[in-house]
Amino acid sequence: MSTDIDPAAPDTVPPAPASHVAESSGSWTGGLRDRWVRTLPPEKLLPDRQPAYVSSWIYVFGVATLAALVVIVASGLVLTLRGPAWWHQSSVGHFVNSVHLWSVELFFMFMVVHLWGKFWMAAWRGRRAMTWITGVVCFLSSVGTAFTGYLIQTNFDSQWISTQAKDGLNSVGIGAWFNVLDVGQMLLFHVALLPLVVGAIVGWHVLLVRRHGVVPPIDAEQYEESAA
Amino acid sequence: MTAATHIDRRPWTGATRDYDIVKEFVIALVVVTALTLGLAFAFGSPDDTSISLKSWAAAAPSDLVSTAAQELAGTSGVAGYGQPYNTTPDVTQKIGPVDLQKLAGVRIPIDTANDFVIQPLEQLPATSTTTDALAAWKAATPDQQAKWAGDYADAIAAEPDGDYTKVATGDYGPVPALTAALLTAASQGSLDGVLLTRGDVYATNYTLPLLFLADGTYLEDQARAQHLGGDQWGMTNETGAYPGQSWLWLYTFWYQIDPFASSDNADALVWGLMLALTAGLMLIPFIPGLRSIPRWIPIHRLIWRDYYKAQASPKV
Repeated sequence: MSTDIDPAAPDTVPPAPASHVAESSGSWTGGLRDRWVRTLPPEKLLPDRQPAYVSSWIYVFGVATLAALVVIVASGLVLTLRGPAWWHQSSVGHFVNSVHLWSVELFFMFMVVHLWGKFWMAAWRGRRAMTWITGVVCFLSSVGTAFTGYLIQTNFDSQWISTQAKDGLNSVGIGAWFNVLDVGQMLLFHVALLPLVVGAIVGWHVLLVRRHGVVPPIDAEQYEESAA
Repeated sequence: MTAATHIDRRPWTGATRDYDIVKEFVIALVVVTALTLGLAFAFGSPDDTSISLKSWAAAAPSDLVSTAAQELAGTSGVAGYGQPYNTTPDVTQKIGPVDLQKLAGVRIPIDTANDFVIQPLEQLPATSTTTDALAAWKAATPDQQAKWAGDYADAIAAEPDGDYTKVATGDYGPVPALTAALLTAASQGSLDGVLLTRGDVYATNYTLPLLFLADGTYLEDQARAQHLGGDQWGMTNETGAYPGQSWLWLYTFWYQIDPFASSDNADALVWGLMLALTAGLMLIPFIPGLRSIPRWIPIHRLIWRDYYKAQASPKV
């Protein structure tokens, strides 16, 4: 038994059942559909059975992170309806802002527990390194998105954070292009560009999890072999 | 056992259980939504009013006048900042020999005397005193301008509480008149708009008013009172008793300890360190030793305790 956990090895993706693979007509569309179904057949994308070892509270934090993200996006969309200053003047707006804030706090709490859980499970095993990497990128892009959210609060908090954060960004040359004192630029980053990045990375991450399945317990090989 | 057939990489053929991914997500969404609504109802969210140049002028007029004098003298924080605002030499932060700040160039050019004081006064309705002061300033040499403004800033700093109204008599040229006119404009609320729009109608770029405000001490005083200073764990805190960006704890941590806390290159060094640590976190699967920590510290035995327990039990 190796004591090292090496993710770099070819994966064995089970072939999709023949019923899912339509005859390709040679078109780009047919080719894309065939490849998609081969890579991620419906029973993998939306499974109704899981390995028995998928039985721990730690698994709750992945789906809880996704649920919190949905609440963030929903409350953020409501805030965009009336503009960035609405929540200062309206009790309803302030409540929606509170929902947005607390969903972000929960999102990060769930995500950090999820990330630590995956670390202790060495969840990159079995050619799942890209799943781990996209998870880390999810965290980083979320930090950036939340940061820009703090910058567009248009209150004392955003004034202080922006004037402080500029020094770090300027010190490595980023501030020359990403000007945290430009509320218009930060607003568009927060409500358009960064959510697209987070959404795309989260989607990729979830599809990788579905494609490769949930990583088996460490040393499961020896137990399953002896059982066989 | 070959790598291609290792259990980590092949479809699971052991015991399975029923699972409903859609139901799981819907339940999670309902619970998290309820939890969020409950927290929002119970605690709300902070919203401390922003500081305008008008409110700064009312609360700390001497700070505004002193800051304006420093902008004219070229001794303010922004004036001595370097890239991306200006080309002040030997002030940029470096990571070893690498000077990324300087490399980025001056992309947000700011001439503190003109951008913060002279041009705003020229755009505002002027009194004859202001007009004369502006003419005297423009007629002077750069050295004379710097001496007038520097002497005035020093004289204000020498007064108890930095009170500009009690400054010692001296040759400050038109500087007292210029800074007094700027204070009047700020007190009337017109300086906020002028610094923001710079003559345009639409404006969303607050770089000038925020940098001018941050060059004073009033903004920092208010922030430190709320435990938001850089050496007070800064952005991980929030106004009031609310949680801040606690996920930035490691980034903020480095600012609390040497060598970072006492370094002139603290920002660049902390960013460099965090970029390296982030790359390490991302590449853990490929780093021998680091990737095996989960095997050495068997927390996975707790996570999969049901599985391991079932394997240890005698099969019937």
